[in-house]
Amino acid sequence: MSAIPDRQTDIGPPHYEKFLHPVIKKNYGKWKYHEIINAGLMVHVSESGDKIYTVRVASPRLIATTTIREYCEVAKKHSDGFLRFTSRNNVEFFATTEEKAKALMADLTSRGYMLGGIGPRISNVVHTQGWVHCHSAATDASGLVKALMDELHEYFTTKELQNRVRLAVACCVNMCGAVHCSDIALVGVHKTPPRIDHENLKNACEIPSTIGACPTSAISPDPSKKSVKIKLEKCMYCGNCYSVCPAMPISDAENDGVAIVVGGKVSNLRSAPKFSRLAVPWIPNEPPRWPKVVAAVKTILNAYIKGAKKHERVGEWVDRIGWESFFKETGLEFKIQHIDDFTFARQTFRTSAAFKWT
Amino acid sequence: MGKKYETPLLDELKKGAFPSFVTEIEKAAALTGQPEDLASMASDLLGHTELCYKEKVTHWKHGGIVGVRGYGGGVIGRYSDIPAKFPGVAHFHTVRINSPSGFYYEADSLKEICDLWDKYGSGLTNMHGSTGDMVMLGTRTEYLEPFFAEVSSRGWDLGGSGSAMRTPSCCLGMSRCEWANIDTMAITNDITQHYQDEMHRPAFPYKFKFKAAGCPVDCIASIARADMSIIGTWKGDIRIDQAEVKEYSKKMNIQSEVIDMCPTECMSFNGNELLINNSQCNRCMHCLARMPKALRPGTEKGATLLLGSKAPIVTGALMSWVIVPFIKMEPPYKEFYDLIDKIWEWWDENGKNRERIGELIERVSFPKFLKEVGLDPHPAMVKEPRRDPFFFWSEEDLAK
Ligand code: HEM
Ligand code: HEM
Ligand code: SF4
Ligand code: SF4
Ligand code: SF4
Ligand code: SF4
Repeated sequence: MSAIPDRQTDIGPPHYEKFLHPVIKKNYGKWKYHEIINAGLMVHVSESGDKIYTVRVASPRLIATTTIREYCEVAKKHSDGFLRFTSRNNVEFFATTEEKAKALMADLTSRGYMLGGIGPRISNVVHTQGWVHCHSAATDASGLVKALMDELHEYFTTKELQNRVRLAVACCVNMCGAVHCSDIALVGVHKTPPRIDHENLKNACEIPSTIGACPTSAISPDPSKKSVKIKLEKCMYCGNCYSVCPAMPISDAENDGVAIVVGGKVSNLRSAPKFSRLAVPWIPNEPPRWPKVVAAVKTILNAYIKGAKKHERVGEWVDRIGWESFFKETGLEFKIQHIDDFTFARQTFRTSAAFKWT
Repeated sequence: MGKKYETPLLDELKKGAFPSFVTEIEKAAALTGQPEDLASMASDLLGHTELCYKEKVTHWKHGGIVGVRGYGGGVIGRYSDIPAKFPGVAHFHTVRINSPSGFYYEADSLKEICDLWDKYGSGLTNMHGSTGDMVMLGTRTEYLEPFFAEVSSRGWDLGGSGSAMRTPSCCLGMSRCEWANIDTMAITNDITQHYQDEMHRPAFPYKFKFKAAGCPVDCIASIARADMSIIGTWKGDIRIDQAEVKEYSKKMNIQSEVIDMCPTECMSFNGNELLINNSQCNRCMHCLARMPKALRPGTEKGATLLLGSKAPIVTGALMSWVIVPFIKMEPPYKEFYDLIDKIWEWWDENGKNRERIGELIERVSFPKFLKEVGLDPHPAMVKEPRRDPFFFWSEEDLAK
């Protein structure tokens, strides 16, 4: 192997200006307006009259260097050597004229890339690591996204919705993927408490920090075993103790599964940002294609398509019709788990006698 | 190379229209030019993941402490719990590379990173991880130092992990969006450079994230995912191009799609002219998003600072709330950095281990936080005043 160069530290990332397309650099801060031409193409027009066309394609987020090299090849051929990624793992290429944009799109299509994601549609799915890489995972993430988007890809490429519908997947309640503010999101959940491996706990874990990790104070010392015990009725299976102490494994093939939450948003458009709220407490893991989860998401999406007004986000639609109507329109069952018993519970109780019969 | 393991379940996920992560792992498995121990990583990852699919449980273990010399973060340790069966993923650590602001790249430098990752890693990446880093997925402990030496000599650095400042991220702002009120990319780059030490040598009670959005559309989801959300905004009147409004009125119903959906009911349109009562506008962005050619933000620009968001663990999810209604975000950002330093000092003194700033404020109270970091109360900070009379009077408040 050739000699290793001298390392540098604390230099931070390269300056972004090096990576800007010349037209973007020239018109930085001077954009006047934009138009969405189709699901995979938009144009921004500058005060100077310059235009930049953006072409967007989906990526599976987990990508091999081989694929990145192909993106680079496309960028060099059509996009003056520049490209970018969106916060939802799409890839964007640039063109300075409509003809160049068309050639770029044709090339991308011929290489099998999926164009879309712009405008009132389903864009790529923000997600986490799952069984591919994380120790906490109660479900997989990449597989769920693939199964879901295989069914919904027309909402990425062609079909329009009333507004953007943001999907997200987190493989456990840590929610690295910010599913707690998405229109429709999946989160991996456990349904059974951790199992204590007393032998290993002694060596592998620090008892005070293990006890401290529990949000509900379910864990207490078990001095006779030099270990801990769990008050089962207090445990809500968050897995936080396992994150601190590996001798308390919580994953469980039969009882882990997927919850669906809906109605969250982060933008301030019209209504304030909202948290997602529980629609379905649990569906079993059915890899590789999770048919029940996919069906439930489609049920919710179809009810939104049927009921929402133009420009309404999922959460705005539900707020307008009321949650009682949401359960009626979707046919989803309202269960005891839908009634909150966690930290901010009483904020969710109804303090009015005006509600809808369903 | 032939297939090392049968993967009937994962093979199902190569079918269908949407791009497949399984195909990507297979592409990495087919890479040539890697040292032998790394070449087997992606193929063993296929077998390993197939087993997880079959048994419906994860087979990863906790990450031990691994990293590069002099840094406390930037690398996430990962080991398989069945290394004998899948030696290729016995170690499968992640290296976080600090992404450039806005996630823009130039092809040759991106290719250079790919070459290095084939030389020192599995050939698999996440572009990008949820935190915003370029995630180099899967290497062995002994390759961390040489990989870091090579990428850093080419001008790249590691991102944050652990109880540290995390890699800040932003929307693409002024580079391609007419709504940007602040230069999100410049701000993010400046914060990253300013706080290199806080990012690489963890000394906080827990993680701290900055995200900057150019306007209240918040395309980077800062309000949900950043301890400190910097959201561009403006003061003064929305600029109206009445001729363009008329153009829009020919192709859309301005009354129902814009006027009736304005949440503050501060707009009217008489078929000829659009009027906005700007003192009632709460800058929700709806009308600007509907008619980008006709409406533009006002000209006095700055940011609203919000603090505190986090995911549900441990006591429930929080969204960021307003702590500074308006701040000019212009270099050298002195007022901003002074405030951040005060907030961190207060958090370091008062926070418990693994307590995010939002949770700390909830525990000890928002008024106390405001007093101790020296911020004045403002009605923009609350949706409504409190409902109960159980407030504390301090000596100095008694005097006021
Ligand atoms: C039509 C004008 C719009 C443009 C040009 C635009 C542009 C973008 C861009 C470029 C991104 C990716 C940001 C990044 O990767 O840094 C993005 C993401 C996003 N956009 Fe927009 N946006 C527009 C309107 C909207 C509207 C009207 C909404 C909400 C109703 C919205 C909600 C979002 C959200 C929530 C994201 C978050 C990032 C994510 O998707 O995870 N955008 N937008
Ligand atoms: C030891 C336990 C944990 C591990 C191994 C872990 C791992 C990770 C990883 C690998 C990522 C990047 C994910 C990606 O690339 O998509 C991430 C991000 C994230 N983690 Fe964790 N995490 C842990 C604990 C937590 C906890 C306790 C929380 C909640 C308080 C949390 C919240 C998040 C969030 C919100 C993100 C995404 C941040 C963003 O979108 O900017 N994580 N974590
Ligand atoms: S959501 Fe949970 S399981 Fe998924 S990557 Fe984050 S910590 Fe791991
Ligand atoms: S899973 Fe969560 S609630 Fe249950 S014992 Fe562990 S930390 Fe406590
Ligand atoms: S947050 Fe605002 S300024 Fe930034 S990309 Fe989105 S719409 Fe544009
Ligand atoms: S920004 Fe929102 S509140 Fe202000 S005028 Fe437009 S629609 Fe109304």
